[in-house]
Amino acid sequence: MLVALDFSAVFSAWPLLVRGVAWTIALTLAGTVLGLLLGTACAWARARNLGPRVPPLRWAVAAYVELVRNTPFIVQLFFLFFGLPALGLKLSPEAASVLAMVVNLGAYSAEIIRAGIEATPRGQIEAAQSLALTPGQVFRRVVLPPALLKVWPAMVSQIIIVMLGSAVCGQISTPELSYAANLISSNTFRAFEAFIVATLVYLALSLLARRLLMWAGARFLVGR
Amino acid sequence: MVDFSLWDILRNLLMAARWTVTLSLIAFIGGGIVGLLLLVLRLSGVRGSGRAVGAYVQLFQGTPLLMQLFLAYFGIALFGIKTSPWTAAAVALTLYTSAYLAEIWRGCVAAIPRGQWEAAQSLALSFYEQLRHVVLPQALRIAVPPTVGFLVQVIKGTALASVIGFVELTKAGSMISNATYQPFLVYACVALLYFALCFPVSLVAQSLERKLHGNRH
Repeated sequence: MLVALDFSAVFSAWPLLVRGVAWTIALTLAGTVLGLLLGTACAWARARNLGPRVPPLRWAVAAYVELVRNTPFIVQLFFLFFGLPALGLKLSPEAASVLAMVVNLGAYSAEIIRAGIEATPRGQIEAAQSLALTPGQVFRRVVLPPALLKVWPAMVSQIIIVMLGSAVCGQISTPELSYAANLISSNTFRAFEAFIVATLVYLALSLLARRLLMWAGARFLVGR
Repeated sequence: MVDFSLWDILRNLLMAARWTVTLSLIAFIGGGIVGLLLLVLRLSGVRGSGRAVGAYVQLFQGTPLLMQLFLAYFGIALFGIKTSPWTAAAVALTLYTSAYLAEIWRGCVAAIPRGQWEAAQSLALSFYEQLRHVVLPQALRIAVPPTVGFLVQVIKGTALASVIGFVELTKAGSMISNATYQPFLVYACVALLYFALCFPVSLVAQSLERKLHGNRH
């Protein structure tokens, strides 16, 4: 039972892999930035200790969060990419991928950030109010930074889960890393080797991303 | 051309959902057994076991489940064993689940005060007796809510088995959507069926968690 592995065919297709990695990073960056913005907005809308007292808005956000957290990412992606054109909204594979990642991370990060917001001591909010800060200022300058700092490790894990989840986006022909692996495997018939290489690149990316994000969190969230 | 009513679509999706449930259960139970073995190995203090299990967990948590499925699918075939999407999906999801459960349970065991181990040791219990009679029963109590919560993750994970051609809920959705030209309706139904599977499990996990924390404070 001798298994002969031949990686040369995979490595000679390195431009494809590089393009794939670049796309994976770009998707993750766009998804993370927009997803965190959406998540923060939803967390604010749902937080029990501040935010708008508008029940319909809270219900809508709660429904969105639970719906996304209890369905697979691949179904969300297929719904956006294949389903939305029926409503006249046709998205490119790349746009659908980013949108799906934003929608997905938005729901998860909303719950993570909300936990941080609700852990803010009452006195801190009251102190900020007594300094005549507007509600917007209280949220942006007093509540949000320490809340984000508190939940940052959980956030980093979630961002990495979304990055790894982006491997599914190759299924709608977004040219990211797993798509490159699929392409190489069908060009060279070296499927196992292609996926081994792609998997190890994903592993390196996730280790790197964790270090970078933890460093960035400590650097920029404390620095305020 | 055959017309598909909403009931036809739903009925076919429900039939396929049985495979989602089956695959989830296999992965969850198989992953639980392998995860428990990994946990015991890690706690046993055998030289290098901690590092090895740590690397195993890192490998599965740091790579996409989709890649793990592809590797299982093509990797098993490489050894000359005829493989089906069914076995590849079961193997990959079992290993994936075992890595996560081993890590979750390690945290639960770590939450048990050292004094419990020492007290058990001073009663001259062997390592396995300490584990079986003193530590694991206490760890089990705090392990149940996150373990149930992870089941949701496993159910959602089985959707990726569709990519290697295993016909479960998501794959059936793609096939029906190709046949009916109604992707919006079909994928909405698929999503709702996943929601119907996962949401009750999420609620149970949440209420278990609340009960546990209610006891402690």
